[in-house]
Amino acid sequence: MPERREFLLKAVRGLGLAATGGIVWGGIIMEGRSAPFVLRPPGALPERQFLAACLKCGMCVEACPYNALELARPEDEKPIGTPYFVPRTNPCYLCKDIPCVPACPTGALDKTLVSEEVENGEPRLNINLAKMGLAVLDRETCIAYSGIQCDACYRACPLIDKAITVEYTRNERTGKHAILAPVVHSIACTGCGLCEKACVTHKASIFVLPREIAMGKSSERYIKGWDARDEERLRDVPEEITTRTPRSSKSPVDYLNEDDL
Amino acid sequence: MPRQGNLNMNKYKYLVSRRITQIAVLSLFFAGNAFGWSILRGNLSSARIFDTVPLSDPFAVLQSFSAGASIAVDALTGALIIFLFYALIGGRVFCSWICPVNMVTDLAGWTRKALRLDLTLKYWDITRDVRYWGIALSIALSVMMGVAAFEWISPIGALHRGVIYGFGFAWMFVLFVFLFDLLAVRNGFCGHVCPLGGFYSLAGRFGILRIGYDKNKCTSCMKCFEICPENQVLAIVGSKSGPIRSGECINCGRCIEVCDENALKFSNIYSQNIILPNKEG
Repeated sequence: MPERREFLLKAVRGLGLAATGGIVWGGIIMEGRSAPFVLRPPGALPERQFLAACLKCGMCVEACPYNALELARPEDEKPIGTPYFVPRTNPCYLCKDIPCVPACPTGALDKTLVSEEVENGEPRLNINLAKMGLAVLDRETCIAYSGIQCDACYRACPLIDKAITVEYTRNERTGKHAILAPVVHSIACTGCGLCEKACVTHKASIFVLPREIAMGKSSERYIKGWDARDEERLRDVPEEITTRTPRSSKSPVDYLNEDDL
Repeated sequence: MPRQGNLNMNKYKYLVSRRITQIAVLSLFFAGNAFGWSILRGNLSSARIFDTVPLSDPFAVLQSFSAGASIAVDALTGALIIFLFYALIGGRVFCSWICPVNMVTDLAGWTRKALRLDLTLKYWDITRDVRYWGIALSIALSVMMGVAAFEWISPIGALHRGVIYGFGFAWMFVLFVFLFDLLAVRNGFCGHVCPLGGFYSLAGRFGILRIGYDKNKCTSCMKCFEICPENQVLAIVGSKSGPIRSGECINCGRCIEVCDENALKFSNIYSQNIILPNKEG
């Protein structure tokens, strides 16, 4: 049956070539997706969901009145065609009407992530809810931490005294001066990068990183007993939680008496 | 009898119109970004007309959906509008009248001809079904990788994004397509590989606008075969009159222009017997 043989061989060859192409193609995607970090426009979905949804149309880029947003070109080493901004050169100026977000046709920039409920039930845009990243401060190069008077980032911060505060401590080195040290608060910081732009050091000592890179996460079961608000979380917890591990299936007497301890 | 060297514009009317629409669409997008014109904003992946009517590339939206994104109403409506438009008109009108890569591959094809590559070198060929494998791979990889897979590597996207928002090294994608068409496979990218072309081949399969062929006028000179980038669609030429039914026809109209006998004309899929008027003059 030469025809059947030929058909089978053709099908196998086709599948094989498709698999080969798929491996190369998939490799290119994986390589591009593993870009170290990207700062997205306000209201962007979490990175993985953002990459699935973004069609690379650039309408957010067009909408930005400050030309802060750019679509990634191949040499930018970011997922190609997706919008991003570089705070040191062009930060986000936190427009009140957030023109870039409603411009998005796909929902990759999600209005609900930058909206708050107001009394009549209508959601209202609030740019201060944006979580584009988190400003991180390098105390070793920040001149304010050495006792030099600088509050460039503090003054530049659109959420002054909320996202960046200045902590007053004694300068032990001189013994008679103060240190006015800027401190970032993740609960308020939008990641706009105006502080990074304003920083006077050669390479910015305060800079924005994506929140998932910049932040840790404590165990969900850890409750700060001294914090009344944190204590609230205990209310929804059932009376008793049983943790099961391979060891907990045995009684303590049993496993303590086992010789592999 | 027309004199040699006398340019007969009738021989180029579709070609010129196509270049005008291709460049006009790209220019309007460019002006949308550069000067804030609202006629067309965005790019060929997703756009808005006068900041209201949404338009989206249905194949890109399909990939995005496969990648697990919940598609917003705007993109979905836009994709539906574009899909219905091309499904109704039919025959890959996008490829020949809108897509800017068509200009690149046409230039490569022209250069290939000018250098007489096909006469002197051994002819390389691959199956035209690669594009359908490409669709399958695009969807499969979108599911596995969680991103719109073809959009990630698309030279089409690289070209229109490059023109509208700045090229950077994206010109390499364009050069790749040009060299592939010039040195490797004839009509390689648009005619064999491109999954978007494959998508519109399937979508436009039952569309209305067709090239009509009249066997009675045909002298089998084969000029249409020579010029056609998808000449497998011209199978009926020389055997029977009727519309070119294949969805792979890009409706570029080059065959009409090169035909000296007026045996080809834009027609519709319903006309069974194409009887074309005699050429005037």
